[in-house]
Amino acid sequence: MAEKKWLPRWFYQLASPRWCYQICGKLLPWFTVAMLLLLVGGTAWSLAFAPADYQQGNSFRIIYLHVPSAILAQSCYMLMAVAGAIGLIWKMKIADLVAKSCAPIGASMAILALLTGAIWGKPTWGSWWVWDARLTSMLVLFFLYLGVMALNSAIESESTAAQATAVLALVGLVNIPIIKYSVEWWNTLHQPATFKLTEKPAMPAEMWVPLLVMVIAFYCFFAVVLMMRLRNEILRRERRSGWVKELLLSN
Amino acid sequence: MSFDSFSEFLAMGGHGLYVWLSYALGLVLIVYNLLAPRRERKRLLAEQTRRLLREGNRQ
Repeated sequence: MAEKKWLPRWFYQLASPRWCYQICGKLLPWFTVAMLLLLVGGTAWSLAFAPADYQQGNSFRIIYLHVPSAILAQSCYMLMAVAGAIGLIWKMKIADLVAKSCAPIGASMAILALLTGAIWGKPTWGSWWVWDARLTSMLVLFFLYLGVMALNSAIESESTAAQATAVLALVGLVNIPIIKYSVEWWNTLHQPATFKLTEKPAMPAEMWVPLLVMVIAFYCFFAVVLMMRLRNEILRRERRSGWVKELLLSN
Repeated sequence: MSFDSFSEFLAMGGHGLYVWLSYALGLVLIVYNLLAPRRERKRLLAEQTRRLLREGNRQ
C-alpha cells in the first residue's frame, strides 16, 4: 500500500469483517456472563436492599432502570454517530455495520427511559407526562433513532443507506448536549444529573453504588446485543465470501 | 433488606404498581433485545446454508 499507515494496527484489523466477526465471537461469552451477574445482582440490590427515599418512598427504585437506560440511550447515539462519521470519511464497512446495529438498541433504551420516567412521574409529579425540556429532548432522541432505522430500510443500496443515515445521525448529534444541559438551561421539573465526573453524588453510597452497578450492567448488555447484531450484519454482508461459505458448510 | 415481609416487598409502600410495571417493562425490553438477534442469526444461517447447497447442486 502506498498510503502511510498512521493509525494503530488494531484499527486496520477492525476493518476486516472476518477478524471482527471472530473477535466478537470470542468476547461474547465473557460479556454475557458479566451482564447476567451484574443485572441479576443489581436488580436484587435495587429492589430489595437499597433504602427507600425519605421523600419519594419506594417509587424511587425506578431510578435503577431509568438512569441506566437514559445514559445508554445517549452513549449509544454518540457511538452510532461516530461510527457513521468513520464510515463516511474512511469508507470503512464495519463502521457502517456498527452504526446500523446501534439504532434498534438505542431506540429500545430511549423508550425504556421515557416509559419508566412516565411511570415514575405519576406518583412523584402527579402527571405521566409534561412538555418539559428534558422529556421533550429525550422524545426527540427516540424519534431520531426511529428516523435512522426508517431511512436505513427505505434505501435499497446498502452504501447509500449507510451514508444517508450517517448524515442524519450526525445532524441529530446536536440533541445530545441539549438533553444533558436541558435541566440547567430551562426551568424544569426534572432533577439534575445523579452522577457527575467531578463531584461526589448527592445521595448516600447505599443508593448510588447499586445504581453504578446497574449502569455497568446496562453497558455490558449493550456490548452483548451490539456484538450479536454486528455478527449478523457481517454474515449477511459477507455471505458470498469464502470464509462465510466455509463457516456455513462446517455447521 | 429494606422490607420486613414478602407482602411488604410486593406492595412497595403503596407504589407497587409503578415499581413493578417499570421493572416488567425493563425485563421485556432486555429479553427482546437479547432474543431478536439470536433468532435472526439462526434464520440467516439456515437461509444462507440452503442457498449455498442449492447453488452447489446446480453446478
